Amino acid sequence: MADIIHHAAARGALEIRGLTKRYRVSGTPFTALQDIGLSVAPGEFVSIVGASGCGKSTLLRLIVGLERQFDGEILLDGRPVARPGLDRAIVFQEHRLFPWLTAEENVALGLLKSAHPTADKRRLVREHLELVGLGAFAKAYPSQLSGGMSQRVAIARALVARPRILLLDEPFGALDALTRSHLQAELLRIVRAEGITAILVTHDVEEALYLGDRVVVMHPRPGRIASVIPAGRLPLTEDGGPPGPGLGHDRADPAFVRLREAVLAELGAGHAPPPVRHAA
Amino acid sequence: MSTPDLAIAPSSRRLPAHLNGLVPVLVLLAGWEIASRSGLVDPKLLPSLLAVAGRAGRELVEGRLAVDVAASLARDIAGFAIGSLAGIVAGLALGLSRPADRLIGPSFNAVKQIAIFAWIPLISVWFGVGEAAKVAFIALAAFTPVAVNTWEGARAAPPKLMEVARVLEFGRWRSLRLVILPAALPAIFAGLHLGLINAWLATVGAEYFMTVGPGIGGLMTEGREHFHMDLVLLGVLLLGLIGLALNTLATRLEARALRWRHR
Repeated sequence: MADIIHHAAARGALEIRGLTKRYRVSGTPFTALQDIGLSVAPGEFVSIVGASGCGKSTLLRLIVGLERQFDGEILLDGRPVARPGLDRAIVFQEHRLFPWLTAEENVALGLLKSAHPTADKRRLVREHLELVGLGAFAKAYPSQLSGGMSQRVAIARALVARPRILLLDEPFGALDALTRSHLQAELLRIVRAEGITAILVTHDVEEALYLGDRVVVMHPRPGRIASVIPAGRLPLTEDGGPPGPGLGHDRADPAFVRLREAVLAELGAGHAPPPVRHAA
Repeated sequence: MSTPDLAIAPSSRRLPAHLNGLVPVLVLLAGWEIASRSGLVDPKLLPSLLAVAGRAGRELVEGRLAVDVAASLARDIAGFAIGSLAGIVAGLALGLSRPADRLIGPSFNAVKQIAIFAWIPLISVWFGVGEAAKVAFIALAAFTPVAVNTWEGARAAPPKLMEVARVLEFGRWRSLRLVILPAALPAIFAGLHLGLINAWLATVGAEYFMTVGPGIGGLMTEGREHFHMDLVLLGVLLLGLIGLALNTLATRLEARALRWRHR
């Protein structure tokens, strides 16, 4: 276990400069992202919030290499990103597990391209299933797992090849509130333990502030960064013990509430305010 | 309108549910036996069930029955193996290659509309009158449904899992083995199942309509020519029973191979 948890020389610095992404939607050009600039430090957790259509998912797809054509630069530890690679991992809103493979076989998919000997691969798979609390479900098929458990397997699959950066595209959007808050805490614990850089896209402002060291607010049409709000100094949840790795920001703290209002106001500014009519 | 339910209800309530399907079969067999014995129907046209069983016993002892059944099954399996293998290969080629799909797809869709028995004259000319023609005919019968279903299945690879395959750098071969093929498997199995049924029908057709030789079709032809209706009916029963057995086997194998779907 210790082996996968301590990344002494954890890298994973992401540098995005002047990133613009244009599509053609039935012939007409459409700017999905305009002049995005963002630096993410190694081990940092950055949340991105924005209304639908602001290009936040497109941004993740560009970083992971699923979208190729773009202007500008995306650098991971100084090297340009051009195609998918095992140094980046992504968790989607749907778990996207292969229904014909068991949980452990699904996690092992993340290691297909890695050069480890078979015995090491088996150990890594087992360790990562244990890391997400599913050691006992190695032989289960996805249809036998709940939505939350499936998403844990997906997280294990993303992490098993030890990527430098973990991208999360609304990973808890389809889960019920209880499972969701539980998995948020769990994710933070895992990400801190692995010392990995993480970028989370969400439309849930509370989730963004609970998890993020910084919250990036994006505006749509064209997708652009409106502001970056630091949240790293918010008090952590007490949770009966001293604040430590895995504890998110305290949702009940007045500073958290104030920041949430600020983010919501910033989000709202992206929309044209509706004409206000006062009754005579 | 007042009491029809009461008349039907008792018998269907007493039998366990999984045996309900046997009721019509038993009724039919009983009706057959009664019709034949009571003289309602000329026993020469419709020999009794016992007479057919007696015939089966004699043929079995003489060793001919086993030879005929083995000949039919061997033909069926050979034709099915060739046809389904070719069907999977052709279906994958069509489903995975867009040019092939565009170029060959439409004509294949047209060709598959030709009734299978319309091929008999052509196959007889191309493959002669021997065993090869029969196997070719059976293979063709199995080929069509396997190819069509494999084609559909291979085309329908789930894009979201294909994206995972790209992120995890599977490459072409691994994407085929780990995503496209397993995703197509239910469709391929449905095709194989249909192909198996078709192949068995074609086996009988080939034996009956093409040249006479050992096989259940040959046995029936002989029965018809010598007016041994017990032999003809024995053939009919064998065809039904073997077809049923093949179908059950296919269903079991399919459920086993696709167990991830039902758990």
